Amino acid sequence: MSEALLTLTGVHTHIGQYHILQGVDLTVRRGELTVLLGRNGAGKTTTLRTIMGLWKASRGGLVFDGQDITRASTPDIATAGIAYVPENMGIFSDLTVRENLLLAARAGEPDAQRLEWIFGFFPALKKFWNQAAGTLSGGQKQMLAIARAIVEPRKLLLVDEPTKGLAPAIIQSLITAFRELKGMETTILLVEQNFGFVRSLGDSVAVMDDGRIVHKGRMAELAEDRDLQQSLLGLSLDAHQ
Amino acid sequence: MLHRLLSGDFPRSLWLSGALALLVLVLALAPFLFTGARAMNVAATICVFIVLVASYDLLLGYTGIVSFAHTMFYGIGAYGVGLALYSIGPTWGAMALGLGIALLLSLALALVIGLFSLRVKAIFYAMITLAVASAFAILASQLSDFTGGEDGRTFSVPEMLRPGFRLIEAEVFGTAINGKLITYYLLFFGALAIFLFLLRVVNSPFGRVLQAIRENDFRAEALGYRTVVYRTLANCLAAATATLAGALMALWLRYAGPQTTLSFTIMMDILLIVVIGGMGTLYGAMIGSALFILAQNYLQALMKQASDALTAVPVLANLLHPDRWLLWLGVFFVLSVYFFPTGIVGKLRALKR
Amino acid sequence: MTPIATPTDAELPKLKLDWAPLLVLPALALAALPLIGSAPTWVTLTIAGLAMGMMIFIMASGLTLVFGLMDVLNFGHGAFVTVGAFTATLVLLPMQGWMQADSVLMNLTALSLAVALAMGVTGLLGWAFERVIIMPVYGQHLKQILITMGGMIVAEQMIHVVWGPDQIPLPLPASFRGAIIFGDAAIEKYRLIAVAVGLIVFVAMFLVLNRTKVGLLIRAGVENGEMVEALGYRIRRLFVGVFIAGSALAGLGGVLWGLYKEMLTAAMGSEIMVLVFIVIIIGGLGSVGGCFIGALLVALVANYAGFLVPKIALASNILLMVAILLWRPQGLYPVAKR
Ligand SMILES: Nc1ncnc2c1ncn2[C@@H]1O[C@H](COP(=O)(O)OP(=O)(O)O)[C@@H](O)[C@H]1O
Ligand SMILES: [Mg+2]
Repeated sequence: MSEALLTLTGVHTHIGQYHILQGVDLTVRRGELTVLLGRNGAGKTTTLRTIMGLWKASRGGLVFDGQDITRASTPDIATAGIAYVPENMGIFSDLTVRENLLLAARAGEPDAQRLEWIFGFFPALKKFWNQAAGTLSGGQKQMLAIARAIVEPRKLLLVDEPTKGLAPAIIQSLITAFRELKGMETTILLVEQNFGFVRSLGDSVAVMDDGRIVHKGRMAELAEDRDLQQSLLGLSLDAHQ
Repeated sequence: MLHRLLSGDFPRSLWLSGALALLVLVLALAPFLFTGARAMNVAATICVFIVLVASYDLLLGYTGIVSFAHTMFYGIGAYGVGLALYSIGPTWGAMALGLGIALLLSLALALVIGLFSLRVKAIFYAMITLAVASAFAILASQLSDFTGGEDGRTFSVPEMLRPGFRLIEAEVFGTAINGKLITYYLLFFGALAIFLFLLRVVNSPFGRVLQAIRENDFRAEALGYRTVVYRTLANCLAAATATLAGALMALWLRYAGPQTTLSFTIMMDILLIVVIGGMGTLYGAMIGSALFILAQNYLQALMKQASDALTAVPVLANLLHPDRWLLWLGVFFVLSVYFFPTGIVGKLRALKR
Repeated sequence: MTPIATPTDAELPKLKLDWAPLLVLPALALAALPLIGSAPTWVTLTIAGLAMGMMIFIMASGLTLVFGLMDVLNFGHGAFVTVGAFTATLVLLPMQGWMQADSVLMNLTALSLAVALAMGVTGLLGWAFERVIIMPVYGQHLKQILITMGGMIVAEQMIHVVWGPDQIPLPLPASFRGAIIFGDAAIEKYRLIAVAVGLIVFVAMFLVLNRTKVGLLIRAGVENGEMVEALGYRIRRLFVGVFIAGSALAGLGGVLWGLYKEMLTAAMGSEIMVLVFIVIIIGGLGSVGGCFIGALLVALVANYAGFLVPKIALASNILLMVAILLWRPQGLYPVAKR
C-alpha cells in the first residue's frame, strides 16, 4: 500500500449550531482512487467541503502532503494542490467553456497538449468551446467541472457525486475519464451513491453514516462481498445498478 | 395580574424594572409633576416614541427586517388624522374617518411592499423601503394643495381636546383639568395599551415563529412556516402601529407636516433608539425613547452653549454646533452597533449575572 | 481510446443573449414621443435622460458589483458621491481662472486635475471604509445595513463640518457651457459630454470584465465566490479592489453630477442614492449590464415624467420599478447564484 496523501483525524464540523461531522477518520493514499459511499445526508459533501476549507473543522486535524491544512484558507488549500468538483458542479454559467478553463489554469493559458487529451474523452467541450457554460446540458456541465479540475495536474482531486442525474451514456464517458486519470496515477477522492459506477473504479472505499466513517477497506473486497454490501449500503444499491 | 398584563415577559433585571417603573410613574403623573409646555411636550413625545420604536423593534429586533419606511407609516397616521380634521372639521367622526383611511392605506402599502420584496432578500426590503419612503416624502411635499406642502397643515381638534376646554372647573393639585391634559392622557393610555398589546404579540406563538425566522429563515421554512407570510404579517402589524403613533402625535401637536413625521432624521432617530435601547426587547424601546428624547431636548441646548463658547476655534465650534447633532448621533450609532449590540437592556440584564 | 458520443452533442446550445430588456429602452423613448408632443422637446428630454442615466450608471456600477461579489450592500455609497464632488472643489474653485478661461485646454486641465483628485480621495476613502466599517460585519446583513447607513450620516455631517452648512456653487467650465442647436432642438453641450464619459466608462468596464483575467474572476466571483476560492484565488483581494474602484467611480459620478447641477449640497449623495438603489434593483443585483440599462431607464422616466407630470417624478420611478419587478422579479438581468 502506498503512503497517505491526505489524512483526516477525528474531524468534527459544525454548521451553525448543527454538529454534522462527528469524528471522521479518513486516509487517501497516493495514486489511489478512494470512494466515499453513504446514504443521503450522511455527511459526504460536508467532508469534502471541510477538506477544501469551505467549512472549518471545529475539532480534529487535516494533513495534506505533509502540511497541516486544518486552519488553512480555501485558496491556500487549492494552491497546495487540491482540486474540487462540487456537487452542484460550480460552473460559471455566464462565462464560456474556454473562460471557465482559463480561470482554472493558474499558470495562465491552459496547456494545449493537456487540452487535447481532455477533449479526447470530453469532445463536447471542444465543440462548445466559445459557448456560455450556462447553455450546456447537465452532462456537459459535469464534464466541464471535471475538466476544470484537471486542466492542470493537481495532487488530489475531490469529486462529489458526478453521476447524479446523468443519463447512462454520459456516465460511460465519465468512467472513461476516470480510467484515464487513474492511468496517470492521479489521486482521487470520489463521493458516490451509485455503487455500480464506482465498483470497478475504486481502489479503496470508505462508508459514512451520521457524520462518521463506519467502514474502511479495499473496494475489491466490498465488490465481492454481497452480504457486506447489504449491511453497509442497504438494498437501495441494487436499484442503482 | 401583572403576569397577564406583561404576557409573562418580565424585565428580568432589578435595575431595569426600577427604571421602567419610574418611567411609567413619571409619565403617568407628568401633568401634575411639570408645569412648563416644554416638559409636557417631552413627556408626550416620549409616549408616542415608545409606540413608534416598539413597533419598529417588532420588525428589526424580532423579525430581523430592516425597513426605512417606518416614518412613512407614521406620517400616514399623522396626515390621515390631520387632513381629515382640517378638511372636514374638528369632529370625532372626522378623526375616526381619517384614522381609518390612514390605517387602510398603511396596511395596503405594507402588504404590497412586503409581498414584493420580502420574498427575495432582507436586503432588498431595505432598499425598496428606502426608495418608496423617499418618493412618498417628496410626493407629500409636492401635493401641496392637499397636504400643505413643506408647511404642513395646522388644524383644530375636537372640542374636548382643546386647551380651552375644562372638564371640571376646579384645579386638581394645582393643575387645570383641561383639554390638553385629556389629550395627554389619551396619548399616555393609548401608548400603554399599544405597548402591552405588542408585548403580547411578541410572546405569542406568532412572535416565536418570527424569532425563529430571524434566527434561521432557511430552517424555519424547512419546518413548514411560510416565512413570507409571517414577515408580511409582522410588517403590516408594525405599519398599523406606527400609523397609530402618528395619529397620536398629530393630535398632540395639532399639526401634521413633513418635518415632524416623514423626515429621514426621524427614521434615524428610531434606528438609533432601537439599537441603543436593545434590539429584540420591547423594554429597550421604552428606556431608549425616554433617554433619547430627553437628550435631544436638553443636550442640544448644551451643545449650543459649548459651540458659542468655542467660536474662536473654528472646526471645534462647527463640530459642536447644534446643527451637528446628527453627526454625534451617527458616530454614537455606529459605535453602538459594534460594541453595544444588546443595548441598554442587554447590559442591564447582564449586570445581574 | 475512442471518445463516447454523448446524446446531447447533437443539439447545439443556442447562444443566449437576452434582448428583451434592451428593447424596453427604445420602446419607452418612442412611447414618450406622442405624449410629449413636440419632437424638439422630446430630443432635449431624451438627451438629458441619457446624460443623467450615464452619471447614475457611473455611480451605481461599483455598488452592484460589490454586492454581487461579497453580498455586501453599502448604504453609505452615496457618501463617496458627495465627497467626490466636494473634493473636486478643492481644485476647481482655486482654479476658477483656468475654468473660466476661453481655452478648452485650460478648462480640461483644471477638470482633469479635479477628477483625478476626487477619484483618488474617494478611492482611498473607500479602502478605509472597507477596512473600518465593512470588514467587521461581513456576512451579517442587518449590522451591515445599520453600520453603513450610520457611516453615511457621519460622512454627510463631516462635509458640513469641513465645508460649512451652505451650498457651494460649481459653475461649468467656459467651453462646456451653452447648447448646440440641432434643428429645433437645443442640446446642452455638457449633457453630450456626460453621455460620452458614461459610454467610455461603460466600454472600459465591459472590456475589463470580458477581456481580462481579473474581469473574468470578478464575473465568476459574482456568480459563485466559493468556487473562485476553490480554484485558488483570494476573493477578498478582488473584493477590496472592486470596492476601491467602485468608490472612485462614485467620486467621478459625484463630480459629473455636481457640474450638471452646478450646485453642491451635502445631501446630494444620499438623494441620488434613492435612484441608485432603484437602478440596481431594476438591473438585477450584481449585473453591470442590467445596471447600465436600468440607469438609462430610470433617468429617461425621471426626465419624461418631470416634464409631463412634474409632481410625481420620483413616484414614477417607483412605478417603473414595480412594473419591472412584476415582469422579472429578480431584475432585468438576474445573476445566477449558486
Ligand atoms: N448549510 C447547512 N445548514 C444546516 N445543515 C446542513 C447544511 N448543509 C448540510 N447540512 C446537513 O448536514 C448533514 C450532512 O449533509 P451532506 O454533507 O450534504 O450529506 P451528503 O453529502 O452525504 O448527502 C445533513 O443532515 C444536512 O441536512
Ligand atoms: Mg452530498
